[in-house]
Amino acid sequence: MHELGIAASVVDVCAEQAAGARVLRVRVEVGRLTAVLPDALRFVFDVCAHGTALEGAELEIVDIPGRARCEACGQTVALSEPYGLCACGGMLRIVSGEELRVKDMEVA
Amino acid sequence: MCTTCGCGADEITVDSEPAQLGHAHGHDHHAHDHHHDHGHGTAHGRLVTLEQDLLAKNQLFAERNRGWFDGRGVLAVNLMSAPGAGKTTLLERTIREWGRGVPVSVLEGDQATSADADRIRAAGAAAVQINTGTGCHLDAHMVAHGLDRLRPQRDSALLIESVGNLVCPALFDLGEHVRVVVVSVTEGDDKPQKYPHMFRGCDLLLINKTDLLPYVRFELARCIVSARKVNPRLEVQAISAETGDGMQAWYEWLDQQRAKLGERSLPNVVTERPGVPAHF
Repeated sequence: MHELGIAASVVDVCAEQAAGARVLRVRVEVGRLTAVLPDALRFVFDVCAHGTALEGAELEIVDIPGRARCEACGQTVALSEPYGLCACGGMLRIVSGEELRVKDMEVA
Repeated sequence: MCTTCGCGADEITVDSEPAQLGHAHGHDHHAHDHHHDHGHGTAHGRLVTLEQDLLAKNQLFAERNRGWFDGRGVLAVNLMSAPGAGKTTLLERTIREWGRGVPVSVLEGDQATSADADRIRAAGAAAVQINTGTGCHLDAHMVAHGLDRLRPQRDSALLIESVGNLVCPALFDLGEHVRVVVVSVTEGDDKPQKYPHMFRGCDLLLINKTDLLPYVRFELARCIVSARKVNPRLEVQAISAETGDGMQAWYEWLDQQRAKLGERSLPNVVTERPGVPAHF
């Protein structure tokens, strides 16, 4: 349940930047190759937001698919796990899907 | 509430005393007077662009810890595994044998009790127990507090025993130099692919309890293949912390890591730290 710590981090970052204003909505990017479950994050977000500037705020999770570039042939391929080999046998370097970032928020 | 780990500060204890995670190290949460407002107003409110990495705070503490270790020539090893893989037994033998030549201290992470720290002290090493309460992992912030109390001596080795868990600890850099994952043969040999985040971030896989191999359906080769699929550069050693089989190779690996640390700590050598957000 590290999602609890991640949700607390979202609340902390937003509350600090909101500087007293009420936060209506927050957008968080979660890459599919991170070990963070969007459903679990939603589940604990309301708990963490309780009693803060984010109480009642909507959490929008932007799902970022996993993609990697082959170091041998240069082709970009889709990844569902944080590892794998290219069809050509080359090593893959992950280019997206590892995001865990507060993108923006809407304040009243 | 501790903003790094999300747990209530009174819930986390360092040797049974509250860690007061929200108040130390002078990292006050001062209010910023700039709102990063780029003027993208919406029908409902004002849009504020943040673009902030959620693990950035942990990463900052991790780099502080690493600097602390480098400056004192302390090798920091993070040991992770599922519960019951034999980390504490491994540490006890390592302290008794390898610890004869190298000063060793231990940070013990568990949700509750000081049982493991007591075992480590009985084996002859200084130990501090960090209890995470309901938290599922150690983070760099807790380790910093543990270091305040443990104060490892110069040119020693610090072994960090993470909370038994193959998922959450993988996400959190503690500032260690090397990461070791322990799998015991009483677990499945396909574990690396089931928990890829853990295995791809480690430097060494120790396959423990090899003395039980005759009694379980665990194929060493299959486990190694599974691990290398996830992490082709992963080193692998098979050991039995109970009988001592294979332990010499583990000690030699630790010696090699200490030697590398000596090279890292030379003055005026700037080493690149991959994974650090650009704004630090």
